[in-house]
Amino acid sequence: MFRNVAELIELAVSKQCKIADIMIEQEMEVTGRSREEVTSFMDRNLTVMEEAVLRGITEDVKSHSGLTGGDGKLLQNYIKSGKSLSGDLMLDAVSKAMATNEVNAAMGTICATPTAGSAGVVPGTLFALKEKLNPTREQMIEYLFTAGAFGFVVANNASISGAAGGCQAEVGSATGMAAAAIVELAGGTPSQAAEAMAIALKNMLGLVCDPVAGLVEVPCVKRNAMGASNAIVAADMALAGIVSRIPCDEVIDAMYKIGQSMPSALRETAQGGLAATPTGRELEAKIFGIPLNQK
Amino acid sequence: MKYKSVFDIIGPIMIGPSSSHTAGAARIGRVARHLFGRKPEYAKISFYGSFAKTYRGHGTDVAIVGGILDYDTFDTRIVDALTIAKQEGIEVSMTEEDAVTDHPNTARVIIGDSKGQIEVVGISIGGGKIEITELNGFSLRLSGNHPALLIVHNDKYGAIAGVANILAKHEINIGHMEVSRKEKGKEALMVIEIDQNADEKIINELNSLPIVQQVVKIHD
Repeated sequence: MFRNVAELIELAVSKQCKIADIMIEQEMEVTGRSREEVTSFMDRNLTVMEEAVLRGITEDVKSHSGLTGGDGKLLQNYIKSGKSLSGDLMLDAVSKAMATNEVNAAMGTICATPTAGSAGVVPGTLFALKEKLNPTREQMIEYLFTAGAFGFVVANNASISGAAGGCQAEVGSATGMAAAAIVELAGGTPSQAAEAMAIALKNMLGLVCDPVAGLVEVPCVKRNAMGASNAIVAADMALAGIVSRIPCDEVIDAMYKIGQSMPSALRETAQGGLAATPTGRELEAKIFGIPLNQK
Repeated sequence: MKYKSVFDIIGPIMIGPSSSHTAGAARIGRVARHLFGRKPEYAKISFYGSFAKTYRGHGTDVAIVGGILDYDTFDTRIVDALTIAKQEGIEVSMTEEDAVTDHPNTARVIIGDSKGQIEVVGISIGGGKIEITELNGFSLRLSGNHPALLIVHNDKYGAIAGVANILAKHEINIGHMEVSRKEKGKEALMVIEIDQNADEKIINELNSLPIVQQVVKIHD
């Protein structure tokens, strides 16, 4: 069993296989399930992700609070106008990441990757890359195992909970996981996948969890958007041969320590950050029907 | 290692909006329901930390009650769980606690009826994964991810050996095990996470041990 990214990469290199294969083999060993069972279980998760993305970019999704919904679709229309500045692939990923989180905010069905609040980044990037790289269904399933392998290390060595480690532990982890999976899908090496994860996560360090009214909506939906774009850029950088001066495992460790020193007001309590801005408080009062002076 | 499966990371499939505050809460409620073994007449729920501050926004309230109604994380009935509980005659009350707990996402669930009551404390550690940290005043650690046996027994020598022998005879492997007691020589609790599912016959056999008072099985 791999305990950190260094061991994961070493296993993939020595066995001359993909990171996804290492994750699948470990899952078979831990659960006693066959390869078919493990991959078909992931296939089911992939289907849920696909349905959430499709729903978010085609239907008029709106959350109960009315704070979020419809932005993924808005961005799809903008892409069609042909005026996009940051490129169609990038915006498609951003749109599909937001679409997933908008469905989540509306209490729709999603697959947590690694959490519900950060569920957009991994599928958003995958379904955007699908248009460019034309992966097989099997490769798309592998993408999720690769992302899962890196998430597994983060969850065990740091945290994937916003209440424990801030948004860096949720969208930050998802971004790193996606960056690594993109590299592998694009044909990069296991080491390049680790570099991409390190580069992506470094740029998410310190991100606090400050949801307005405690809802997984503002700023969560747009943080997933930026997570998706960050992941693609980090993957491109790693594929270009750029390496992180701080090794991936140390970045994960830094994330953990930053999370531990974050005040409770910035860890999913809706007490600080954007939640405590005048507009954040106003929205909260409106949603829950509590006058502001009684807060 | 807290997380053992890749599906703790890529998964669960769930109703939004929060894996820790919605899916995790549903799982805590569901473990309580399975431990109780039947539909309760009342549920008293206390939220601590981040749960207390944000439970309305995250749907933690509907999710935990959904769990008590035995709904899984992806069951769309969770959205209407409070109404359904009312229709089914379950009296639900919720309190926001100020006390600081070890984990920011902690819930205490007391469910019962005229015949009995149980008290469960659960924490939601991220990504929908939970741990049960307390049962009827006993400290324990239960992931809720594997089939498990909870055995209330007399705090006396031979209890562990007696139980382990029966499990070995039926070729059931123990993945994780803990024993705790409130006071030396009194009531004790054995928590055993197992790799295979224990059938009714094994439960009866365990129950027939003189040292054992009660056996509860929790499914995968």
